[in-house]
Amino acid sequence: MDNILAFGAASAEAGRVDAVFLFIAVIGGFFFLLTQGLLIYFAVRYRRRSPDRDNETPGITGNHLLEFFWVLIPSIVVMAIFYYGWIVYADLRAPRTGATEVYVTGRQWMWEVKYPDGRTAINEIRVPVGKPVHFLLTGADVLHGFYLPDFRVKMDAIPGRITSLWVQPDRPGQYQIFCTVYCGDGHSNMQARLIVMPPEQYAAWASGEERHGEGKDRETLHERGERIVGSAGCLNCHAIAGKEKVGPNFHGLYGSTVPLADGMSVKADEEYLRESIVDPGAKVVKGYPNVMPTFKTTLKPEEVQAVVEYLKKPD
Amino acid sequence: MSAEGGSAIAGNGRGYLSERGWRSWAFTLDHKRIGVMYLLTTIFFFLLGGIFALLLRLELLSPQAKYFSNHTYNVFFTLHGALMIFLFVIPAIPSGLGNFFIPLHLGAKDVAFPRLNLASYWVFVAGFLVIIGSLVSPMDTGWTFYTPYSAKTHAAVATLSFGVFLIGMSSILTGLNFIVTIHKLRAPGMTWHRMPLFIWAMYATSIIQVVATPVVGVTFLLLAMERLLGVAFFDPTKGGDPVLFQHFFWFYSHPVVYVMILPAMGIVSEVIPVFSRKPIFGYNAIAYSSLAIAFIGFLVWGHHMFTSGMSPLANLIFSFLTFFVAIPTAVKVFNWIATLYKGSITFESPMLYALTFIFLFIIGGLTGPFLAAMATNVQLHDTYFVVAHFHYTMMGGTVMGFFAGLHYWFPKMTGRMLNDKVARVAWALVFLGFNLTFFTMFIAGTRGMPRRYAEYIPKFHTENVISTIGSAVLAAGILIMVWNFVQGLRKGAKAGANPWRSLTLEWRASSPPETENFHEIPQVSDWPYGYGTRKA
Repeated sequence: MDNILAFGAASAEAGRVDAVFLFIAVIGGFFFLLTQGLLIYFAVRYRRRSPDRDNETPGITGNHLLEFFWVLIPSIVVMAIFYYGWIVYADLRAPRTGATEVYVTGRQWMWEVKYPDGRTAINEIRVPVGKPVHFLLTGADVLHGFYLPDFRVKMDAIPGRITSLWVQPDRPGQYQIFCTVYCGDGHSNMQARLIVMPPEQYAAWASGEERHGEGKDRETLHERGERIVGSAGCLNCHAIAGKEKVGPNFHGLYGSTVPLADGMSVKADEEYLRESIVDPGAKVVKGYPNVMPTFKTTLKPEEVQAVVEYLKKPD
Repeated sequence: MSAEGGSAIAGNGRGYLSERGWRSWAFTLDHKRIGVMYLLTTIFFFLLGGIFALLLRLELLSPQAKYFSNHTYNVFFTLHGALMIFLFVIPAIPSGLGNFFIPLHLGAKDVAFPRLNLASYWVFVAGFLVIIGSLVSPMDTGWTFYTPYSAKTHAAVATLSFGVFLIGMSSILTGLNFIVTIHKLRAPGMTWHRMPLFIWAMYATSIIQVVATPVVGVTFLLLAMERLLGVAFFDPTKGGDPVLFQHFFWFYSHPVVYVMILPAMGIVSEVIPVFSRKPIFGYNAIAYSSLAIAFIGFLVWGHHMFTSGMSPLANLIFSFLTFFVAIPTAVKVFNWIATLYKGSITFESPMLYALTFIFLFIIGGLTGPFLAAMATNVQLHDTYFVVAHFHYTMMGGTVMGFFAGLHYWFPKMTGRMLNDKVARVAWALVFLGFNLTFFTMFIAGTRGMPRRYAEYIPKFHTENVISTIGSAVLAAGILIMVWNFVQGLRKGAKAGANPWRSLTLEWRASSPPETENFHEIPQVSDWPYGYGTRKA
C-alpha cells in the first residue's frame, strides 16, 4: 500500500482524509462510468450506417423532467461531498490542548525550527509520538508552503503572519516535508524531515543529553562537519560535485582562487570558508545571487569549525 | 432553418481574401481578417508555449537537474504558463474564431465597431511585444505572479505585467464590441432564442471579460507601483499584505477560466448537432447554463486559496459555492450526450474533437470535487493533481474545443477542405498523448508530488517518465495537425458553401465569405437546429 501511495497515512486524521478521497472517487467513478458509457454507447449505437439515413432522426428537442432530475441529483450529491469534506477538515483544523509547539520559519531555501525552550534546528523537526503537534508557521522572505504528505495536510508560511497547522502522529518514524508554494530557485530542494520519536527518547533528546552524547563522542571533526552539512540545509543549495545548484559546488573549493562579484578575487582558505558561513554577503562569488542567509545564530562556533574542516575534503 | 437570401455566389472564389499585400491586413476593418490575424498570432504562441512545455517534460525525465538549471526550469514553466494563458487560451477562441464567426452567425456584415476591433488587435500586438521585451530578464515567478516573490525577484515583472495589462485592455475592448454586436446586429427575425449556442456562450464570455479584466489590470498596476515606486500594497514588512494580491489575482483569474472554457463549450454545442443530424437537446438549458457559469464563476475565487490562512468561515463559504459550478457544467454534458441519442452520427475530425472534449471534460469535471472539498483540497493543493485537473479542463476542454472549431470552420475560413484521414491520425495521437501526459499527473499528485518542482524525489520517477513520453506523442499529433492545415491551405479540395450541411447562417455565405459576408441580409424565422424530419 505504501508503494502505491508513496506516503502512508501517519495519523488517524490522514486516514479520514483518505476516506473522503475514496468517497469522492467512488461517486466520481459511478458518474464517470455512467456518462462515458452513454457517450460511447450512443456514439457507436447511433453511428450512421448508410449515407441516406441521416434525415430519419427524431426531432427531439429536450425533456423538462430529465433536465429537472439532472439538476437535482448532482446538487444533492455535491452537497453530500461538500459536507463530508467540511467536517473532516474542521476536525483537522480544531486546536488541540497539550500540543507540542514548534515554530517553523520558511526561508529561501530551508526550514528553520525553533522550540519554545530555545532549541533550534534546521530542516529537522523532532516531536514525541502520540501527542498533538502545533506548528506555528511564518515566512522570512517570500511565501512558502509547509506540506506533510504523510499527514495529508499543508499550510502556507506567509511573511508577516503566523499560520497554524496541527497533526497528531500515531507512530514513530521519519516523515517528509515539502515546500509547496513556489519560492524561487531552491523551491524543489526545500525539503525537511519530521522525526517522530518515542516519548522517552524525545525527552532524553530534549533535555540535551542525547545531543551531546548521541554515541558520537569519537566522531572526527570531519565526520561531524559532514553530518552538519547534511542536516543544516547546505546541500539544498550547494552540490558537492556535478551539476551546480543555487550556490557554488564544494568540490575543489578549498585552496582555489575564487572570483568575486566586485571584480576582486580571494583565496578559499579556512577564514574565507568561515566568513562565508556566518556572513555570506561579505564576499559574494561572481555569477551567483547574494541569497544565502547567515548561519551565525544557527550554528555554534565549534559546528562552523567542523563544517570548515569537512569542506576541505568534501568527497 | 428557412433563411432566405444570401445564396453563395462565388465571385472570384477568394472572397474576403481577394485583396493582397500587408496593408490589406494591417489596416483591415473586416472582422474576418482580424479574426484570422488573431488566430495566426495565438496559434504561434500556442506552439511556442508548447515548446516550453516539452522542455519542462524533458527536464523531468530525471529526478535530478540534468539538462538545465533550476532557475532555467522556473523561467520555462513561467513562460509556458504566461504565454499559454494570456496569449493563447484567453484570446484564441473569443478573439480568433469569435471575431470571424459572431457576425456570420448573427447574419451581420461586421461587428458593431470595426475600428475598435482593429484597435483591439493592435493593442494585443503591443501587449505581446512588451511581453517579448520582458524576456531580456525573463520572468521566474510562475504565471500567478505571487507576491512577495514577484516584488523581490530580479526578473522584469513590471514589464511583463504591463504587457498583460495591454492584453487585458484588448480583451475588454473585444468583449465590449461583441456584447453590442450581439444586442444590436442580429439579422431580422433572429430572436434571442433563435441564436446559435456559440453566440450564447460568447455573450457570457464577453460579460466576464468586461467585468473581470479591469481587476487584473488594476492588480498589475499595483504590483508595478510596488516594484517601481516602493508603494507597499503587498509587502508585509511595510504593512502590506501578500495574501491581498492573491485575492485580487484570483478575482480575475478564476472567472477567466470561464472565458477560456465557455467559447469551447459553444463550439461543441454547434458541432454535436451537425454531425448527429439531430436538434440540440435542451437548448434553453445549455444557453442559460452559460450565463449561470459566468455568474457563479465570480463567487468562487477563494478556492484557490484554501491553504493561505483564510478564516475558516471564508473557506466554508468558498467551498460551498464552488460545488455549484458543477451543476451548470454537468447540465451541459448531459444535454450533449442526450443530443447523440438516436442520432445519425458521423465521425469527421470536428466531431472527433467535439466528442473528445466531452470525454476529457468529464474527467476534468469529476476531479473538481476532490479539490472543492476542504479535506481533500488540503492534501491535493499545490500538487500535480491540480496541474492535471487544470490541463484536463483547459487543454482537454478548451483546446480540444478549439481544435474542433478549427477543423469545423477551416472550409469556411479558407474555402478549402482538410484531408480528413490525416486529421484523424493527428487526432488519435493527440488523444493518446494527452491522456498519457496528464492522467499520470493525477497519479503523481495523489501520491503527493508538489507542483513547480525542477527536481523531485525518486518515488515519482515512473509517472514522470510516462508523462514525458506522452508529451512527445501529443507533440507529434499537433505537428501532423499543423502540417495538415498547411497542406489544406495549399492544395485542399475546393469547399462548397456548406460542406457539413449545417443550418447556422455562416454556411449561407460563400466559402470563403465575401467581404460583407452576405449579398443580402438573411431573414430568420426558426432556430438553427432543425435537423431530422420526424417530430418527437
